[in-house]
Amino acid sequence: MNTTVKRSSRASIIAVVVLSLLLIALIAAPMWAGRAELRLLSEVYLYLSLACLWNLMAGYAGLVSVGQQAYVGFGGYMLFALTIFMGLPPIVAIVVGGLLAALLAIPIASLIFRLNGAYFAIGTWVVAEVFRLVFAQVTALGGGSGSSLPVSIVKSLAPSRSGRESLSYFLAIGALILVFVAIYGFLRSKRGLALTAIRDNEAAASGLGVNIWRTKLEVYVVTAALTSVIGGLIFLQNLRISPDAAFSVNDWTAFVIFIVVIGGIGTLEGPIIGTILFFLLRESLADYGTIYLLVLGLVAIVVMIKAPRGVWGWIAQKYDIELLPMRYRVQFKNK
Amino acid sequence: MDWLNAIVQGVLLGGLYALFAAGLSLIFGVMRLVNIAHGDLIVLAAYLALSTTILLGVHPLLAMLIVIPLMALIGYMLQRCVLNHTLGGDILPPLLVTFGLSVIIQNALLEGYSADPQKLNVGDLETASVAVGGLSVGVLPLATFIVAIVVIVLLQWVFYHTAIGRQFRAVSDNADIAQLMGLNKGHIFGLALALSLAVCGIAGVLLGARTSFDPAIGSGRLIFAFEAVIIGGLGNLWGTLAGGVVLGVAQTLGGKINPGWQVLAGHVVFLLVLAIRPRGFFPRVEH
Repeated sequence: MNTTVKRSSRASIIAVVVLSLLLIALIAAPMWAGRAELRLLSEVYLYLSLACLWNLMAGYAGLVSVGQQAYVGFGGYMLFALTIFMGLPPIVAIVVGGLLAALLAIPIASLIFRLNGAYFAIGTWVVAEVFRLVFAQVTALGGGSGSSLPVSIVKSLAPSRSGRESLSYFLAIGALILVFVAIYGFLRSKRGLALTAIRDNEAAASGLGVNIWRTKLEVYVVTAALTSVIGGLIFLQNLRISPDAAFSVNDWTAFVIFIVVIGGIGTLEGPIIGTILFFLLRESLADYGTIYLLVLGLVAIVVMIKAPRGVWGWIAQKYDIELLPMRYRVQFKNK
Repeated sequence: MDWLNAIVQGVLLGGLYALFAAGLSLIFGVMRLVNIAHGDLIVLAAYLALSTTILLGVHPLLAMLIVIPLMALIGYMLQRCVLNHTLGGDILPPLLVTFGLSVIIQNALLEGYSADPQKLNVGDLETASVAVGGLSVGVLPLATFIVAIVVIVLLQWVFYHTAIGRQFRAVSDNADIAQLMGLNKGHIFGLALALSLAVCGIAGVLLGARTSFDPAIGSGRLIFAFEAVIIGGLGNLWGTLAGGVVLGVAQTLGGKINPGWQVLAGHVVFLLVLAIRPRGFFPRVEH
């Protein structure tokens, strides 16, 4: 009997092939889908991106934030501010917004990293509230009632309406691919290994020479930048921003948390499944208003208590599969 | 004199914040649980008081006699049926379950009472005031502050001079060994949340008597409670009162400079405290 050690398995190869085909079909969606479907798909991609980013922080770095709406809103506001006041093209403004978010995240992290565990979570919320209240004071951006993106800036994206719709679709799916590849690459690198070690046992990781504070800081800053980019894209689709919408804890954090928890925290596959389930639930219960939020909260609680590793964690444990392999595993060959 | 007035109002407001915070501080001390739904439970208490006054036609302060035991019962059931299943080494389950609970309470209130702001009608008490050294101080805010002090004295007494307090301290030190000594930690945790929500009941009624409320304001109250706890220092109830006062004064002074800065000023002071004294002013590793 000889053994080999590798990451890939037959299941993972099939999964990658299927996912690639699906991706190609989705990239070509402007050719086969209608206007409403494109909008819904873009929304799915942006939510999935937020879910992947939150999952990286909470599931891998142990940084449970309930204040990521700070960066979603910041990215949105930077899009508006940089295009209106500085005359930057919208896409450049979104990228610059991401860089500014990273710069801002460093001093913020040095403050809120002083809080532990659950208190860290509420600390991130305070930061998001500060962002909301500060942007509500900026009268040039409409103060508390918000403002719309000027028509000339919208038209600068693409002259025709269908051109703009395709472009914003491609931006959304492009951002998702960027986020996903960045996280996958990061987790499979040496730093990802350090991160997983911290997640499994902080004291032991520290003993083996992992710089805990620095690794967490890196994750926090990178997540802030990417979250801000996604925020910029969200408000490029909405074309209108207000402090309450931009820094909404329900829209940008509660839903995202439910997606990750229901799908399976600490796995790459979990957020994908969670997002699909979330949108199925939302589209089927949309007519019932607040009931759907009640159901969502209830499902999340039941999952957290009965199957804390989520739908994907349950499947993976039961059938011992990993579609997007992160671990090396020993494979036996019987001759 | 205006400024002095603002400071006095801020101090009294701090009493209300200390009441918000005391329950949060208590359960963190006993079982290291941070209850994200704390603010929404305070708002729930205010709505329960509203329903009681309408159904029975009694004064809101009298409604406390029903609201407080009801909240305590909710707390005990919640802990036994739900939250006890989430306690363990990992901080994520309790955090996410209470977060889900917060969304549920908010939307259930929205469904049951609509988004219209409500207020508890306390009659003449609303506008009554007493003159203190040239300042006119509202009776209701003053009473709230005194209630906060009484509640803290009572909680301290329960913690350090009663059998149940001894059990609280025992499970806080080491729940497993306390269990070996014959304590039922699930029951004691239930009593801790019952006590915490009883305080929420008092806080909710006083909140509703003071200002109007709607189902969405819970998260804001949670944040004030949390800030008061951190500014005062973990594990010290008198520190929490001081933290509430610092927060209240920061808010009234900020609001005096610019009405839009009221809440913001409180957050900024909290972040400053975090930068200068990360462990708060009077930290104590209690029990």
